[in-house]
Amino acid sequence: MIGQDLIGIQDLTREQIETILETAQGMAEVAGREIKKVPTLRGRTIINLFFEPSTRTRSSFEIAGKRLSADVINFSPSSSSLNKSESILDTAKTLDAMDPDCVVVRHKVAGVPQRIAEVLDAPVINAGDGAHEHPTQALLDMLTVYQKKGRLDGLTVVIVGDIAHSRVARSNIYGFSKMGAEVRVAGPPPMLPTRVEDFGVKAYSNLREALDGADVIMALRIQNERLKGAHFPSIREYSATFGLDRAKLRFAADDAIVMHPGPVNRGVELSHELTDHRPSVILDQVRNGVALRMALLYLITGRVPKESAPQ
Amino acid sequence: MASQHPSQPGNRVTTGGARDERAKGAVNGGNAEEVVVLDDTAIQRSLTRIAHEVVERHDDLSRLYLVAIPNGGVPLGRILQSKLAAIGDAEVPLGILDTTLYRDDLSRGGVRPPLRRTEMPSSVDERIVLIVEDVVSTGRTIRAAMDAMIDFGRPTSVQVVALVDRGHRELPIKIDYVGKNIPTQVGDKVKFRSKGTTPSGELEAPFEVVVTGGGAPRASRSGERGEGGR
Amino acid sequence: MKRTLIRGGRILDPATRTDTTADLLIEDGKIKGMGVDLDADRAEVIDASGCWVAPGFVDMHTHLREPGQEYKEDIQSGGRAAAAGGFTSVACMANTDPVNDDPSVTKFIIDQARKNSPVRVHPVAAATIGLAGEVMTEMSALREAGAVAFSDDGRGTEDANVMRNVLEYSKMVDAIVMVHAEDECLRNDGVVNEGFVSTRLGLPANPSAAEEIRVARDIALTRMTGARLHIAHVSTKRAVDYIREARDEGMQVTGEVSPHHLTLTDKETLGFDTSTKMAPPLRSAEDVEACRKGLVDGVLQAIATDHAPHAVYEKDVEFIAAPCGILGFETAYPVVMDLVRDDELSPLDLMDRMSLGAARLIGVEGGSLEPGVVADVVVLDPEAIWKYDPAQGYSKSRNSPWAGREMVGQVVYTLVEGDVVFDRERGVLER
Repeated sequence: MIGQDLIGIQDLTREQIETILETAQGMAEVAGREIKKVPTLRGRTIINLFFEPSTRTRSSFEIAGKRLSADVINFSPSSSSLNKSESILDTAKTLDAMDPDCVVVRHKVAGVPQRIAEVLDAPVINAGDGAHEHPTQALLDMLTVYQKKGRLDGLTVVIVGDIAHSRVARSNIYGFSKMGAEVRVAGPPPMLPTRVEDFGVKAYSNLREALDGADVIMALRIQNERLKGAHFPSIREYSATFGLDRAKLRFAADDAIVMHPGPVNRGVELSHELTDHRPSVILDQVRNGVALRMALLYLITGRVPKESAPQ
Repeated sequence: MASQHPSQPGNRVTTGGARDERAKGAVNGGNAEEVVVLDDTAIQRSLTRIAHEVVERHDDLSRLYLVAIPNGGVPLGRILQSKLAAIGDAEVPLGILDTTLYRDDLSRGGVRPPLRRTEMPSSVDERIVLIVEDVVSTGRTIRAAMDAMIDFGRPTSVQVVALVDRGHRELPIKIDYVGKNIPTQVGDKVKFRSKGTTPSGELEAPFEVVVTGGGAPRASRSGERGEGGR
Repeated sequence: MKRTLIRGGRILDPATRTDTTADLLIEDGKIKGMGVDLDADRAEVIDASGCWVAPGFVDMHTHLREPGQEYKEDIQSGGRAAAAGGFTSVACMANTDPVNDDPSVTKFIIDQARKNSPVRVHPVAAATIGLAGEVMTEMSALREAGAVAFSDDGRGTEDANVMRNVLEYSKMVDAIVMVHAEDECLRNDGVVNEGFVSTRLGLPANPSAAEEIRVARDIALTRMTGARLHIAHVSTKRAVDYIREARDEGMQVTGEVSPHHLTLTDKETLGFDTSTKMAPPLRSAEDVEACRKGLVDGVLQAIATDHAPHAVYEKDVEFIAAPCGILGFETAYPVVMDLVRDDELSPLDLMDRMSLGAARLIGVEGGSLEPGVVADVVVLDPEAIWKYDPAQGYSKSRNSPWAGREMVGQVVYTLVEGDVVFDRERGVLER
């Protein structure tokens, strides 16, 4: 996969996902060592190009790169062409001229990482774009589930929340489906995207039905600004109908695990108690985020001129 | 070339095409010829001898620490561990150390080999480490293993056990205990392998070491690492 | 006396429903007549064997960007691109800077066109001042200055009462009101058709209902006012249905459809190419099929390109930040030939939708090869295969979803008032 872009889970084969997860398992071992640094990417340069602020994801990539001995440079343009004149492509080309070996791109608008990937020689990893994809989050979620359940195939995974505006939901839908899991989505109808069933998932507006027999429950963060768009009436109503607590969890399988991409709105998506205790695996997700991103940087980092890159 | 392949205890098999004496030494591609240079009995015998040598050379066996390099080093390490227990009455810890992330060719383009297992049960501080590898050639894997090991502590000394030393060293690496020296041509492949694997994916007895003729001229391929050396 | 003989082509004249192989003689800028083996004495001869000879195309919906946005296009470059695309008359929308909501702007456009454009340019004036949807423009004065129709294209005239008054008032000047039918609240910054593709891409979605609601509203207002309503760039199945019903009811409701809405679906946007972004957006295959049927049935009378140039750097931005619109002139003919190749439209009917339909709606010359009419003629090679490269075209801009694609069908000559303004060999010519 050297030199290949990672824009979305949609572009990956099942075999590629398996390779990434296996490599991430190896990286998880490195993360457990006393000395957590290996010389693998010595002399390589990785640029974190974050048009949208994200302390968590950026730190995770930064730690991953540094543990592999790469030089990691953070670049956070304060504005984008939505409100300023330098175009995203000019910014990206400027960075490319510095010969990075990998560029990690985050942007609030869907499609930007792909457009940047089209003009850069360095491979591009999408660290989240609008409501399009967030492949590294989905991969670390799959890694976490694999570690907890020993398999992905045949599991029932329920994603709860604002599916329509969630890149995490999309990438997880593609990923878990590819790996043979049954994926369900649940949320208030205005938060369920048009024709989501075409992606092979079942959509529910009744949480109890959605949770029936679920092995994995993934709660999504509610963006308060969505309230302005009137996608749901109030936090209180959302929390009452779609917020997870121990009582609602009874409908799921006995050994179900609870996930959240973070940061959690305590008492909204997850009860305070559920945020911190089993069966929540939120901190495992964070830990796996570093291992997973180390795996991706290991597999992808390296400049291959785009014309000669294997497709 | 035939003279370089010890005839004992070798069993000659061909993997492609009819058996043909004239093809030997000039094989290439699909007609490569395999020669078993060590069978399971010979391997066990070599390790017994090595275990004796190890016991002989060390007064305090409690400081020993076996570090096996996957994949081939792992079953060899386990056998050596049990032989040390039998011969020296010593419980020697066995760690597994993947050297992939320490390879010196990762920054040079197109390789990102799959990672293998690393399981180091404890620090190697103050230990006498025996690195166990199946086939040593260029010495680059041993170099990587030494670098990797430093991340797990500061051993008193490091020694190398190799089932096969096939030569073609590219680094100043010395083998302390060798099962068998097998001189080969650069293009040859030397492989430690087994008939099967355990459910966890580890190689399982019976084992053997085979040489496959590559037939490339020595001069033009010098500097290239034989695959068996990894 | 200047004579031009177009020899041996397949003459397609929608005005007289003629489809025959013959020579066409042009004299002093007018059609002299057609016949077999006409006398070529002192005439410039154009060999049209194997080609179609039809009235020059009339495009009732284009954006020439002058005045104010000459970096995207101007009347000269747009006019040349139009000539290269076989168009001899184009109507240009009012969303210039300043907006064409004042007779001085209308006159400026007409003057510029007279000086710089190889093809005739007909301004469409704004229906409301500044396209703001609040205060009506001086339609009488604008009509007198040369405006052929009224439209707030690009905007949806949100206030139904204002729209009612615009429709009422337009009856006085006997011109169509062309509406950009999109409910801006429901559209809600949507940039791609709501459906599988919008969900896949995670881009804000623009539902079909945003168009349907507005078409239904404006038809209701037309029923009440008796005005002439024209729905611009129809893109949805329901919009076609509503127009069909209104026409069956006897109302003066018409519609146009763009080459892209006839041939491309929202799947084109799967690669986030901003050259597939326009308003209304590319829709589903079902919508495309309905638009084609509407055009075949005559529910929609005209093909209009909605030629909308934007500078490369304006399109090279985030998908949601990119301006809407694509180039249309130089690809229109090969693209719409798809309907002939698929046996949905006869060559004669295609020529009707490319010229006569629009000419009648905006009340300009064109769409006919009858003796005595202005000699606006296009010679087309229906079989020619070529590759479209916007950089080689006449527009100042490059934003086309067909860039780099193979095209079948090509404009060979364009004649305006008897003068060759485009020749495949020599390019656009000064008149």
